[in-house]
Amino acid sequence: MSETTQSMQNVGPTSGAKFRQRTLPILIFIAIILAIPMTDPSRTIYTLVHQMAINIVFALAYNMLLGKGGMLSFGHAVYFGLGGYYCLHVMNWIADGTGIWANFPVFFLPILGFLAGGLSAAVIGSFSTRRAGTTFAMISLGVAELIASGAFMFDSLFGGEQGISADRMNGPQVFGLSMGPMSDIYWFMAFWTIISIIAMYAFTRTPLGRLSEATRDNPQRVQFIGYNPTRVRWLVFTASGAFAGLAGGMSAVNYEIFTPEALSLIPSGFVLIMAYVGGITYFVGPIMGAILLTYMSSMMSDFTEAWLLYLGLMFVIIVMYAPRGIAGIVFGVWDGLTGPDRGTYIGRLLVQIAGMALMLVGLIVLVEMSIRWSNGYGEVFEPFGLHLGTTNVLTWILIIVPIGAGAALLRRANREKEEAVA
Amino acid sequence: METIVFALLNGVIYGLLLFMLSSGLTLIFSMMGVLNFAHASFYMLGAYFAFTIMGATSFWIALFIAPVLVGLVGAVVERYGLRRVHANGHVAELLFTFGLAYLIEEIVKIIYGKTAVDYKIPDLLNFHAFTIYGASFPAYRMFMLFIAISMLIGLWFLLKKTRAGLIIQAALTHPHMVGHLGHNVPLIFMTVFGIGCALAGLAGVIAGNIFVTDPAMAVQMGPIVFVVVVVGGIGSLEGAFLASILIGLLQNFAVGINANFAEIFWFLGLSPTSEIGDITISSLAPVMPFLLLVLMLIFRPRGLMGEQEL
Repeated sequence: MSETTQSMQNVGPTSGAKFRQRTLPILIFIAIILAIPMTDPSRTIYTLVHQMAINIVFALAYNMLLGKGGMLSFGHAVYFGLGGYYCLHVMNWIADGTGIWANFPVFFLPILGFLAGGLSAAVIGSFSTRRAGTTFAMISLGVAELIASGAFMFDSLFGGEQGISADRMNGPQVFGLSMGPMSDIYWFMAFWTIISIIAMYAFTRTPLGRLSEATRDNPQRVQFIGYNPTRVRWLVFTASGAFAGLAGGMSAVNYEIFTPEALSLIPSGFVLIMAYVGGITYFVGPIMGAILLTYMSSMMSDFTEAWLLYLGLMFVIIVMYAPRGIAGIVFGVWDGLTGPDRGTYIGRLLVQIAGMALMLVGLIVLVEMSIRWSNGYGEVFEPFGLHLGTTNVLTWILIIVPIGAGAALLRRANREKEEAVA
Repeated sequence: METIVFALLNGVIYGLLLFMLSSGLTLIFSMMGVLNFAHASFYMLGAYFAFTIMGATSFWIALFIAPVLVGLVGAVVERYGLRRVHANGHVAELLFTFGLAYLIEEIVKIIYGKTAVDYKIPDLLNFHAFTIYGASFPAYRMFMLFIAISMLIGLWFLLKKTRAGLIIQAALTHPHMVGHLGHNVPLIFMTVFGIGCALAGLAGVIAGNIFVTDPAMAVQMGPIVFVVVVVGGIGSLEGAFLASILIGLLQNFAVGINANFAEIFWFLGLSPTSEIGDITISSLAPVMPFLLLVLMLIFRPRGLMGEQEL
């Protein structure tokens, strides 16, 4: 029996590995954030980067729930929205200069968003976190729908259809930032994004963060060792709602307006897609997802009307074939390239990429042709000078042949992989 | 008096419609543990398929063909989509159906356009069935009632009185044992999923022309169907039936009540011009199901007929 005792010394990561995996990515990220203003970015880039910052914090907050806590929420925008709404009201109080608010700097508003989001999540979580899994998902949807539709009834709180707007250039200045120009807001965004990322990473290392993962995997065992899984879920839900509220506060300062739509199911669904596409099993996954999807939503909507369809397709494909998301793909490729069997891996990877690219070509032709046909303006999809109408034989060849060939390639690559494993 | 009669009739019809949707959802959920987020999308597909078929032939053919088509689509989704993600657990399945709902909406937008289509009530049923207290009741609503009740009886007969229903009921609770007895459990799952979707499609066929057939109809209906399933008690068909009727009546009665909070809570000294005093009961109607959900979760978490706490 004594031989089975393992030495635990070599199980943990070495200090070099810790630096590479934990400290280095954060340092690189901070370096990128510091480098962006040096390139003298345009207004468009600032707008995009600010939206990315908000989404990074929001998606990470969401992943505290889905990835680490195993709770799938369809209504997380509620806490984002409530945090943001509270910040907008405070911004108006600052402008009025009433009482203590006159001396509150706008720069620190996200703290109030954090508190407002946390408080509302604590109240709602007190009954919604009783169970995890499917039940929790349904309840989150119902509660979100209740709050989103109820918001239209209280105009003094939510401003009805027009929403609530405010002016951020009031109150005392901190760090010499007037909060007026985009470059000032950039530092505000950078500050709060870095603080939130570090805080949320630190949260995963706390006993509560660890317990949250344990509760996700096996609530019964958590109960056996003397913790209450419902309480753990409630605490994690509150923390996640608080960080969502912080992101809401960032958004309030950036856009200076919130409408009740911000509480609805559409932004809730978008944050779910961001976190999942990025990869919920990795801490950096939601960051990747937020950057990619924010970029796509602002750039792709210029190229194609059907970008929501592409987004949905991407989501379904990731759920079906790559449940670890983009982060999983990136790390998988990295492991393959540095692994022992590099030659065969690269070969298979190239076949897979070729297969996917072919299928993508066929799909794009199909979607773009159909959307022009559906609009009914007589417009025709004309990539590279080709005239691809619905009656053109070439169109259908370009749809069927690439999809078929791509599917065949992917099938072959898959079979080879299975044979190699067996 | 006529308000009460009409609210009662409309409430029962709406409730039965909700049951048509939620019965499929509950069956699928209790058998496979899959909460089909796209269930309301199949309801939408039913309405659109019926619109297309009606354009080519007639409403009566659409009434039979459209639900079958929707059921086939559902079976294909189960066979090639859900079964694949099943290995990754229930959350993955839920996410898959979430993405599917998204996709169906976008595809419908591409094929049928972003605005509502002109899906009409058939001429044969476009008359007044009867007149009470000076107000007339459309015959089409009586037809909906008839279809819904026949569906109810049909479902009850299928589940309780046939051999197939016996096997389905057994597979609900003991899928492995049913498998050991030589039945093809994956096939049963696929069939049940298909039937559930077909019921949703049927609801779409008969409701699409009385409400609006547009790409937003799934998003509007989806959350309410979830509320029905939770309020009725997860996995309980009887509970889903009670909850459907309850929500149908609640919404239809609320619409008819014009009183505002100031009139109801006058003893609290609520002013009719204040924001809370100004809220009328009728404006609360769309929020009613969700309010019921939250109250239910706080006071009776296992739902009306659920066997266990959520």
